[in-house]
Amino acid sequence: MNKWEDNKAWFMVIPVFLVVAASAIIPLMTVVNYSLQDIFGPGQRVFVGLEWYKDALTDSRLHDALSRQLLFSSLVLLIEIPLGIMIALMMPKKGWGASLSLVLVALPLLIPWNVIGTIWIIFMRPDIGLLGAAINNMGVPFDHTASPFAAWVTVMMMEVWHWTPLVVLLAYAGLQAIPEAFFQAARIDGASTWAIFRYIQLPKMRGVLTIAILLRFMDSFLIYAEPFVLTGGGPGNSTTFLSIYLVKLAVGQFDLGPAAAFSIIYFLIVLLFCWLFYQVLLKVGTGEKS
Amino acid sequence: MARIDLKNLAHSYHPNPTSATDYALRKMDHVWEDGNAYALLGPSGCGKTTLLNIISGLLKPSEGQVLFDGQDVTALLPQERNIAQVFQFPVIYDTMSVFDNLAFPLRNRKVAEADIRVRVEEVAEMLELQDVLQKRAANLSADAKQKISLGRGLVRSDVAAILFDEPLTVIDPHLKLLLRRKLKQIHARFKLTMVYVTHDQLEALTFADQVVVMNEGRVLQIGTPQDLFENPQHTFVGYFIGSPGMNFLPCQMNKGVATVGDQQIPVGKDTENLSGNFELGIRPEFLQLHAEKSEGAHKVLIKEVENLGNCQIVNVQFAEQSLKVKLSEDQEVPVEYGFLQFPAQWIRLYADGDLVQNNQKLQPQPELAQ
Repeated sequence: MNKWEDNKAWFMVIPVFLVVAASAIIPLMTVVNYSLQDIFGPGQRVFVGLEWYKDALTDSRLHDALSRQLLFSSLVLLIEIPLGIMIALMMPKKGWGASLSLVLVALPLLIPWNVIGTIWIIFMRPDIGLLGAAINNMGVPFDHTASPFAAWVTVMMMEVWHWTPLVVLLAYAGLQAIPEAFFQAARIDGASTWAIFRYIQLPKMRGVLTIAILLRFMDSFLIYAEPFVLTGGGPGNSTTFLSIYLVKLAVGQFDLGPAAAFSIIYFLIVLLFCWLFYQVLLKVGTGEKS
Repeated sequence: MARIDLKNLAHSYHPNPTSATDYALRKMDHVWEDGNAYALLGPSGCGKTTLLNIISGLLKPSEGQVLFDGQDVTALLPQERNIAQVFQFPVIYDTMSVFDNLAFPLRNRKVAEADIRVRVEEVAEMLELQDVLQKRAANLSADAKQKISLGRGLVRSDVAAILFDEPLTVIDPHLKLLLRRKLKQIHARFKLTMVYVTHDQLEALTFADQVVVMNEGRVLQIGTPQDLFENPQHTFVGYFIGSPGMNFLPCQMNKGVATVGDQQIPVGKDTENLSGNFELGIRPEFLQLHAEKSEGAHKVLIKEVENLGNCQIVNVQFAEQSLKVKLSEDQEVPVEYGFLQFPAQWIRLYADGDLVQNNQKLQPQPELAQ
């Protein structure tokens, strides 16, 4: 085989390589470059080595934001995945009811993210908000701009309202793909509804649920627009998640170096968690030891 | 184990059926004996799966009753009927071991764990699954999975009937044979009533004691493989069973002689009082083709010879019609022209598709012609 012919394939890859380079690798490299320098202004920069990384890793506010972020993402997964599966199980399987419920469920996904924040600001306002005023009128003081607890509840509700539909759609698609014979066989075997869920529906949804968990983890870990609009990270720092803190650092204080170092760390954390999830989920239910 | 009675059974997927074509299953009345193996045979869409699902209880018939051992089970759910069903695609519980799969129907019925162990091991041994009992069912081959589906039916000691819905479709050809033999062994050992849906006549004929041939929602004939071969009750049965199917020639009957075009074929003594238009049917296997002229033979044009290795299919032209003749592999096929014999004892006459029986005046069969 001619060596030249053998390598021709690489030329075919060049267009894709260029696109990926321009869209991902070059910006990423710029960030790496920034993260190693102290930047005072255009043309005024000093190489500082790993200084910013040390700073970032010892920054207590970053630690706080990270633990807040982990708590938030865990809650998101714990609530949205079971809730999404439950809703998907309750949705009609065919007929006009199926189409209607799909449209209704998908509605929150069609709304721009910052609009969602705005909707929930109005919805939860203690004086005129439909839910906020209702809670306050029942004698429970509830103000997401004043109480960290109320802020968390509001952000969680918003997140669940916004993104559970994605889990529902994925789970629903997974359920629809199960051949009818499985349910017929289970009925003949005398299986209970729970057994059907546990031994047929859940195992058959494994693939789509893996995707749902990964997507929901990544998205919730990177969440920015909705809590930024709703609470701006407050009250205090109580809803300052990683990306909100990062933007405060980079845009608010214009500390490009530390912000870049922080971005890299952030990116690595997301990558690490996704890899872990993926490794675990690949093995769940296949009988291999993880 | 049970006898299955189908009483005035009919089913339509339309809410308000008006014409006969609205029925997926036309009105039928049958008794299927306890311990027999029945095969439902017919082309796709003939209603065989509908009938099977009605027997299993997955489908409620729009008319009529299903009786198991004289007891009306029409309104009962599948799990209350004591039947087992094996589907076209193997249904197994992916996350369970083979043992747990086989134990599942028993555990759902709250059978004691010790009894479960005994039953499962017994069934596993019979199905040759004992080596993989602790393995995950999901990692096995299609034929092993299909055995597990079958096993889940067999573990239940109270099972009334086992229903099969084209269970060998996804199995490799060489394993099909083994699995089919296994089914026969199990049938012989347990004397279970078995109902087997298939569109493959070879499968039906080798598996069943009684073959139920269906077409367009009607049961056309129930009989032994030999019956179906020698005495098809309907032209469809003649055409569908056998390879190639029965030959049919439109003819005029007069005084026991059928006239096809310009040719005359004596049909036999029972048909003297028949007159009018009929169809003459004869199996390719029963036609005789020779190179030399003999008494009562018709001269035919040889159009085509197909050698299938173990037999030869000869396409001949007779009275402007095409006929197929099946000859043994070693018989010499005449060149260009040959002489064809119609043995009278193998000639069957049909009117409107139905067999004309024993010289009786033709009567429409009331149950079938709804």
